[in-house]
Amino acid sequence: MKKRALILGAKSAIARAIAQRLVSDGYDLVLAARQVDALLPFATDIRLRHQCQVDLIEFDALDFDTLEHLPQRVERTAGPFDLSVLVFGYLGKQEDTGRSTEEMLKVLNANFTGAAVTLGHLANYFEQRNAGGIIGIGSVAGDRGRQSNFFYGAAKGGLGLFLQGLRNRLAPCGIHVLTVKPGFVDTPMTEGLDGLFLVAKPEKVANDIVRAYNRKRDVLYTPFFWRWIMFIIRSIPERIFKKLSL
Amino acid sequence: MKSEIHSGWGLHPRIETRVVRARQADQLVDGHPDASLLIQGARRSYGDACLADRVISTQLLGHLLEFDAERGLIRCEAGITLDVLIAFIAPRGFFLPVTPGTKFPTIGGCVAADVHGKNHHKEGSIGFFVEEIELFLADRSRVCCSREERSELFWATIGGMGLTGAIYAVTLRLKKVENTYMRTRTLKTRNFDELCRHFEETQQEYTYSVAWIDSLANGAHLGRGSLILGEHATADQAPTSKRFKLHSTGGPSVPFFFPSATLNGLTMRLFNTLVYHRQIRQQRDATVHYDPYFYPLDFVRHWNRIYGKRGFLQYQFAVPFDGGRTLMGDILQRIAQRGVASFLTVLKTLGQESGGLLSFPIPGYTLALDIPLRDPSVISFLQDITRLVVRAGGRIYLAKDAILQRADFEAMYPRLPEFKRVKRACDPHNRFRSLQSERLGLT
Ligand SMILES: Cc1cc2nc3c(=O)[nH]c(=O)nc-3n(C[C@H](O)[C@H](O)[C@H](O)COP(=O)(O)OP(=O)(O)OC[C@H]3O[C@@H](n4cnc5c(N)ncnc54)[C@H](O)[C@@H]3O)c2cc1C
Ligand SMILES: NC(=O)c1ccc[n+]([C@@H]2O[C@H](COP(=O)([O-])OP(=O)(O)OC[C@H]3O[C@@H](n4cnc5c(N)ncnc54)[C@H](OP(=O)(O)O)[C@@H]3O)[C@@H](O)[C@H]2O)c1
Repeated sequence: MKKRALILGAKSAIARAIAQRLVSDGYDLVLAARQVDALLPFATDIRLRHQCQVDLIEFDALDFDTLEHLPQRVERTAGPFDLSVLVFGYLGKQEDTGRSTEEMLKVLNANFTGAAVTLGHLANYFEQRNAGGIIGIGSVAGDRGRQSNFFYGAAKGGLGLFLQGLRNRLAPCGIHVLTVKPGFVDTPMTEGLDGLFLVAKPEKVANDIVRAYNRKRDVLYTPFFWRWIMFIIRSIPERIFKKLSL
Repeated sequence: MKSEIHSGWGLHPRIETRVVRARQADQLVDGHPDASLLIQGARRSYGDACLADRVISTQLLGHLLEFDAERGLIRCEAGITLDVLIAFIAPRGFFLPVTPGTKFPTIGGCVAADVHGKNHHKEGSIGFFVEEIELFLADRSRVCCSREERSELFWATIGGMGLTGAIYAVTLRLKKVENTYMRTRTLKTRNFDELCRHFEETQQEYTYSVAWIDSLANGAHLGRGSLILGEHATADQAPTSKRFKLHSTGGPSVPFFFPSATLNGLTMRLFNTLVYHRQIRQQRDATVHYDPYFYPLDFVRHWNRIYGKRGFLQYQFAVPFDGGRTLMGDILQRIAQRGVASFLTVLKTLGQESGGLLSFPIPGYTLALDIPLRDPSVISFLQDITRLVVRAGGRIYLAKDAILQRADFEAMYPRLPEFKRVKRACDPHNRFRSLQSERLGLT
């Protein structure tokens, strides 16, 4: 039987690249996003090129009340699924985030609260079926709090911790959880930002992610060198770090 | 917004520009109702037609939208590049009805330039095969146009160099093929007269034809070259295994700009002489794959860098059959006399006009020369030649041009007033504009 993957935040550039990669590995897809109609051309293209099923469902991680029934909605629309890839995220602008409660909540809720609640329900679904897998996209920004984006960083760091716990809980039933920490990737999220370096292509990152999942890795830094960069950044004593402008 | 340095394929001119990559249809034309913009494809036009200080790129809008194998129709987003399109249609028994000499332009760019291929004399430009265009206008409204619906807008957009609006999607009629191979016949010719005679004799018979000229040969050898004729191979002419073999991706690339001195008169002469003498017999037949047949230059990525940082001009004009032969002979002679080295010189015949108001092809001959910009005085030399072209009822191809002057342009495109009327109606504030459209007084 063909496997099916649910991709949350499917409009994201990284998500589309992951979707392409999963299709060539033989998956059917359920693409979940806000204003999901924008994904019609993408979905049509995939259907034409590959013999596979692609379904679209409307999904907003800030719409907390709907999250509990997400697995059932997916089942009803497309059928049972075997893998959930949580890709959505929201960077915001730190200048704005620092001032407006609304923005603070948006960053925290999209990256952590909404993500954690969604994953909580997905975990229950997979546990019931005694099968499944989860990929969650965190960020290297979650490895150390920095003045330039600590609302985002804190939420992503929290998500990393959450995924760690989930992995521990789901390991006994053979449900694998992969935490991904990308460095800079060339997507709308980073378009026009200053101070980027070593920017990777979404396709490269997607490739790394799917390979790491297939090999049952727990935590992936992508591209790989971010593991070392973040090791160094985490090693700087707080006494010095607090004075740096990173 | 990102700032980048852009140039067309000829690497001249080069400008700093702000770029937005549209990720969905409604991002092709953005908010500010009077901000100017230009839609950009793969920048495979040579001069400044694809340049502006603010561009919206279609490179991420390359999805297939519909495919009807029965009727041989495909509908796709404008940013799909021809190589990607071929990779989808060829295994299903279809090929592009018209293709330029490279597979890297976008379909939107090909429609905007109403491109022609080696089959123009028989089958016409790509405009003949476009069934429908979906367009975003300056006021962000989304409209469809075709031969039946908004036909004026349709014919202004085909060959309209992006000035009528942003092409979002194109429906194209494909050509049915039995495999991905070509049967070719190469005729070696000793001089220009012989070349033209061969052209005229083979016109009716062959679907594809193009000639390469050794532009550095002079005197009695002036205009010597080879005429390459072709047809899609039939089932029994192609290898039986891998009937629908595709082009390979990758291959070598020119990694940096060559110092301008590398490609001097001497090396070009050597190259042209070598190519000319490679074939010894007068006539040679072969079966070749479409990739080397249609896209010989694609084999080396970034080959344009061999001309050095200053880049080069591609000078392509068309002249009516009547008087065209004499004029071309005259121009080749002037070029040889001046010692202007054209690395690649290509001659072909053109057939019927498509109806595009600014489309380039007219029945006659077209000659294309690659001219390095080492010596800037070559520009005024070519502008003088342009006057001869105008007088002969000919014209310059906008997709290749970087130096045409407004008065000459206005004299060579008789349907310009009609085009301007459509432009005023669909884009009254001249939002869509390029460096070229400003130079030519189109915006
Ligand atoms: C090696 C080589 C060989 C070539 N051989 C041929 C040939 O044999 N025959 C031929 O006819 N041409 C030939 N060309 C020229 C090329 O086919 C055309 O210039 C074509 O327009 C390039 O398409 P592009 O996607 O690169 O568009 P660009 O160069 O980016 O843009 C060209 C024009 O199209 C407009 N445009 C692009 N996309 C859109 C859109 N979505 N909506 C509205 N306007 C748009 C732009 O505004 C611009 O005016 C050749 C070019 C090269 C480099
Ligand atoms: N790009 C980088 O450098 C980088 C680095 C590290 C980590 N990441 C992470 O990688 C993931 C993918 O991002 P990307 O780089 O591909 O950027 P992107 O293209 O901007 O994708 C972000 C996506 O998240 C969606 N989204 C935001 N809030 C949402 C919500 N409440 N509900 C549903 N969807 C929501 C957005 O949807 P809309 O289109 O509807 O707004 C958008 O499609 C994110 O989690 C991001 O944090 C990115």
